[in-house]
Amino acid sequence: MNVNHEEILIEVRDLQKAFGDNLVLSGITTEIKRGEVVVIIGPSGSGKSTFLRSLNLLELPTKGTVLFEGVNITDPKTDIDLHRQKMGMVFQHFNLFPHKMILENITLAPVVLKKMTKEEARQKALELLNRVGLGDKADAYPSQLSGGQKQRIAIIRSLAMDPDVMLFDEPTSALDPEMVGEVLELMKQLAREGMTMVVVTHEMGFAKEVGSRVVFMDEGQIKEQGNPEEFFGNPKDERLKEFLSKIL
Amino acid sequence: MGTSSCIRGVLLTASFSEKFYANFIKDDRWLSLVSGLKVTIIVTIEALLLGVIIGFIVAIVRSYHDKTGKLKVLNIISKVYLTVIRGTPTMIQILIMYLVVFGSSSMDSMIIGGIAFGINSGAYVAEIIRSGIMSIPAGQTEAGRSLGLSYSQTMWLIIVPQAFKNVLPALVNEMIVLIKETAIIGYIGEQDLTKAAMVIQSRTFDAFMPLLAAALIYLALVMLLTFFMNKLERRLRTSER
Repeated sequence: MNVNHEEILIEVRDLQKAFGDNLVLSGITTEIKRGEVVVIIGPSGSGKSTFLRSLNLLELPTKGTVLFEGVNITDPKTDIDLHRQKMGMVFQHFNLFPHKMILENITLAPVVLKKMTKEEARQKALELLNRVGLGDKADAYPSQLSGGQKQRIAIIRSLAMDPDVMLFDEPTSALDPEMVGEVLELMKQLAREGMTMVVVTHEMGFAKEVGSRVVFMDEGQIKEQGNPEEFFGNPKDERLKEFLSKIL
Repeated sequence: MGTSSCIRGVLLTASFSEKFYANFIKDDRWLSLVSGLKVTIIVTIEALLLGVIIGFIVAIVRSYHDKTGKLKVLNIISKVYLTVIRGTPTMIQILIMYLVVFGSSSMDSMIIGGIAFGINSGAYVAEIIRSGIMSIPAGQTEAGRSLGLSYSQTMWLIIVPQAFKNVLPALVNEMIVLIKETAIIGYIGEQDLTKAAMVIQSRTFDAFMPLLAAALIYLALVMLLTFFMNKLERRLRTSER
């Protein structure tokens, strides 16, 4: 894939989010370039999940703007559904559709949104399933799968829409330890193929290995960011030093 | 007094087959039970359809409002509807419908009954469906919306099918209540199963036989419905192991 690292995919300007009196995001400004893998870390309650969920407006910002591919998606007049098709999202608890078979989980959105015919979507789904080694699960229901399998399905369900960016909200936090590896491996594969990714995680190994930028959030702000070597090798923010000393 | 107790005595000592003959066979009295059953079934189906439609719409309005704060006026109308319908006797509602709302119209009382029972049932169905919608984790909506599906696509394809499965037992319960509740339609001059039994009783002066027959028919109807709904429930559960 020919990746132009200078093209800005998502631009966030002074993003704020309050739940009642509680200011969860207190003004975030940053940009995500095409092909970048941005890993967001931070203590719980730092607002990292809220920030990620604001990028596709699952959380409606109280103030500030998000520009996706040049379009201001925080403008109420923007048809957010259209832009969400280009922003895949993976959740901590997978959120597969339990009443649909695996194949239908993957083909549902592309077919309903008329991106593909039923047959095209089926082909693509089988291709993706085979790619992650779950080709034999097409006719299974989510309840018959392990956590790691569910999360890999959730990832390819998003991929079936051909997104320009993938948002990961603690994708391995709900998994048994022995299943974390298979999900991280798939994410690493995506990163190497040039997929733009924003990942909220506690997996520092992943951040070091494939992150092009690591962002530390605390108290609803970006406290420090940089490339992994610099970020982990020479942290400057006191709170970050403390955080890293606790988890590394 | 003397004659009536005398007749009663005769009837009590009469053999089962004689009673059976008098109540059902003679003058083809069983036919009125059949036509009564037909009325009961038709009114139930009318009410069921109307109730599910009203219930579904009210449930969607209420949960959409709870989620987004929009549809304020419709939400208030829905709340008033639920309060009034659930707070007053069905009997009063059906009489008001017959004597006041359609008092001057010549509409078939079977249709008026269907409308009254439907509006009544809708209030209960609405809350059942709403509880079903609320039982589905928010993550399901988020997954649907994050894929680019609209609110209504997410609702229709992802939330409602799961909610329906969860509330099926409660819905069946409401259907059973509805079938039996139609027994009061006799008050607006429609001859349903219950009324038919009373008509036979007024001819034969035997209450036991026709009422027992009516009770057994209601029971059979409810058991039949339960049987098919259990089957449906089992089929819908295939995705769970």
